[in-house]
Amino acid sequence: MHRIIPPKISQKIMTGVFWASGLLTIAILLVIIGYVLLKGLPVVNLEFILGDPIDSGRSGGIFPFIMSSIYVTLLAVLVATPLGVGAAIYLSEYAGEGKLVKLIRFGSETLASIPSIVFGLFGLAFFVIYLGFGWSVLSGGLTLALMALPTILSASEVSIESINKSYAEGSLALGATKWQTIYRVVIPAALPGISTGVILGMGRAIAEAAAVLYTVGAALMIPTSLMDAARPLPLHLYILATEGLSMDNAWGTAAVLVLMILIITVVTNTLVDRYRKKMMGR
Amino acid sequence: MPKWDEEFFIEKGLLLTAVSSIIIIALIILFVFKEGIPAIESTGFFSFLFGMDWAPTKGEYGIFPMIIGTLGITVLSLLMAVPLGVFCAIFLAEIAPSAMRKVLNPTIQTLAGIPSVVYGFFGLVLLVPFMRLQFGGTGFSMFTASVILTVMILPIIVSVSEDAFRSIPLEYKEASLALGATHWQTIKNVIFPAAIPGVITSVILGMGRAIGETLAIIMVAGNVVQIPSSIFDPVRALTSNIAIEMGYATGIHYNALFATGIVLIFMIIVLLVIANYLHYKKKVTMGGGYL
Amino acid sequence: MEYRIEVEDLNVYFDELHILKDINLKIPKNAVTSLIGPSGCGKSTFIRTLNRMNDMISTFKMDGTVLLDGEDIYNPKVDVVELRKKVGMVFQKPNPFPKSIFDNVAYGLRVHGINDKDFLAQKVEESLKEAALWDEVKNILDKSAMGLSGGQQQRLCIARTIAVEPEVILMDEPCSALDPISTTKIEDLIHKLKKDFTIIIVTHNMQQATRVSKHTAFFLHGEIVESGLTEKIFIEPEDKRTEDYITGRFG
Repeated sequence: MHRIIPPKISQKIMTGVFWASGLLTIAILLVIIGYVLLKGLPVVNLEFILGDPIDSGRSGGIFPFIMSSIYVTLLAVLVATPLGVGAAIYLSEYAGEGKLVKLIRFGSETLASIPSIVFGLFGLAFFVIYLGFGWSVLSGGLTLALMALPTILSASEVSIESINKSYAEGSLALGATKWQTIYRVVIPAALPGISTGVILGMGRAIAEAAAVLYTVGAALMIPTSLMDAARPLPLHLYILATEGLSMDNAWGTAAVLVLMILIITVVTNTLVDRYRKKMMGR
Repeated sequence: MPKWDEEFFIEKGLLLTAVSSIIIIALIILFVFKEGIPAIESTGFFSFLFGMDWAPTKGEYGIFPMIIGTLGITVLSLLMAVPLGVFCAIFLAEIAPSAMRKVLNPTIQTLAGIPSVVYGFFGLVLLVPFMRLQFGGTGFSMFTASVILTVMILPIIVSVSEDAFRSIPLEYKEASLALGATHWQTIKNVIFPAAIPGVITSVILGMGRAIGETLAIIMVAGNVVQIPSSIFDPVRALTSNIAIEMGYATGIHYNALFATGIVLIFMIIVLLVIANYLHYKKKVTMGGGYL
Repeated sequence: MEYRIEVEDLNVYFDELHILKDINLKIPKNAVTSLIGPSGCGKSTFIRTLNRMNDMISTFKMDGTVLLDGEDIYNPKVDVVELRKKVGMVFQKPNPFPKSIFDNVAYGLRVHGINDKDFLAQKVEESLKEAALWDEVKNILDKSAMGLSGGQQQRLCIARTIAVEPEVILMDEPCSALDPISTTKIEDLIHKLKKDFTIIIVTHNMQQATRVSKHTAFFLHGEIVESGLTEKIFIEPEDKRTEDYITGRFG
């Protein structure tokens, strides 16, 4: 019966340690976000959001950069969604457990973990130079599409897999074909999960700077075509901060980015909640 | 058109979307290797990987200091983020009251989505001057970069290992408590050991993010190509090297930056293989096999 | 008769749900008591009240007293850990830890501070012998318990429970996930264990109740309709509802 600390004491100590580390983690993270919002929000007003940049972004607004972000993100999601959802349907409804499926999964996992700067390198070599798209919304958006693809794929796959197989069997038993069943029964049921995946992919695209650093250019004007150069918000923040152009505008841009992510999180959580409630039949 | 025909085309179409991931990966590897190989050929494999000097103007391309930079920043940040993150995950899964959990989970999710440049900017404006005051030097250092990275990978480690702790069957916990173990003994002896594969996965994901992070590190690490003699020395990471110099690189220099990308891809694939192996092992141990 | 557990006016609630209503029951020492009744009648909640496993559920509320050897187990001064050492539990689904067979049986001893190797080895052997599992596992003690069959796993869980030498063993439908042969083995084991332990067993299976227990309590909608000697309950029940249940008219 040799023991250094009796169980009751160690229980008390460790409970304290757990509370401390939980609260510390949350505190660190919240302090950063709080600080960014505190410094940035006073800069954010209608003029800042809808105005044009003056003097390379030293003062003035960030409207062209917001539009750049929206364009490249939309393009990314428009390209990645059909690919990701299609792949998810194939993996969960058609494919068995063969070598090909394993390879596809490994491909998707690798895609999810490749550093964003490597996507940037690829975008530069392939879209910008090889395909001749130049520094443009098109090159940047396509590069971001590749990054959003695995997010959309895995969220959709999980969502489709979770649909009760008996629904599909019910439909098949009524004489519907496999595709009719998927299209009319499986996809509608999985839609909230798929939307969550799309929004998460959007979040990944909207926050990315390194992948667009050498694919989208750094224009100060609102892009008017796919072939125009642009400057998404994270890239703008990076340029403002590293070239020391304007701290106020940098804080403002950071605050706008944080708010965007906040909105995305709230929307996904609402969707997931509603989805859960629906699945539980309430 | 007969039904099976339509079905046939749909299935093949879906197959095509499914293999797009493989095609994309193949293209990425093809292009990055195509552009990178010439630099490795002209420098020599060993002098590229283990060369101590990176001087594009003199035609010297050794990336060893940057490999050390990347590994140093990664290891330091894991040393800080893993204990804190895992304890926080246990707190959320086992101890926190459920009302608190409902607030904290979306918060951590939001923090995981915050753009890395925002964290980098915060580090540049606040952490760098703080480090300068505390530890002297410029404030730009391997340690500063690790602190910012710690904050960035905490949300991943917390959320993935929380899932791991939560997925441990309640039966294990009940059995342990029913034998008269305290909650801490139950966590230490039953819940934690059963969750280890998931915890390691979270560490690997955090590691992947740390190795791949680019702009936030550029903003605070100082970016000097050197093997640091202390953690307060400035260093340059592999990713930073690409982002900093790609703007003006031409010729072999341009190729050498792609070759740096090859090294990064290789590191990530090694991590993925380890993660997959652990996942497989987890299946074996949990699914009725032998330990 | 000597009683080990005395329950007086026990009421249990989960949030607003009134799960157990005015339960009064005395559990005799060193004998087997069966709790029978249709599912959802509160039997499982009742035995989980006896080792305070319901404390894990945040919405749990109770009033009344539960006495173990005359001491109120819900007294704030009572150490739950000590209580659970005295009142062991075997669950519905066999739940060995994903550890070796040896480590499963030694677990309870180790958490109570016993680290002496020889003593542990001796105690593990004794417990496995008592649980009638020793001969089947003596050569694979270092193998994972997850590789055993369901019936072996359940006997391992019993061995794990008796290793810490409890006074009372609670069994929550211990055979419901097992095949008939494994069930027979567990029932034989219960007969053997009742010399040393007070056993309370929840069961769906009325034949099992008649086979293993001396006393029986019939639960319905959170109340005890009737309790007493098993023979009497099954041969001449006093309450019409008991008669309906045991003759299979509902449940």
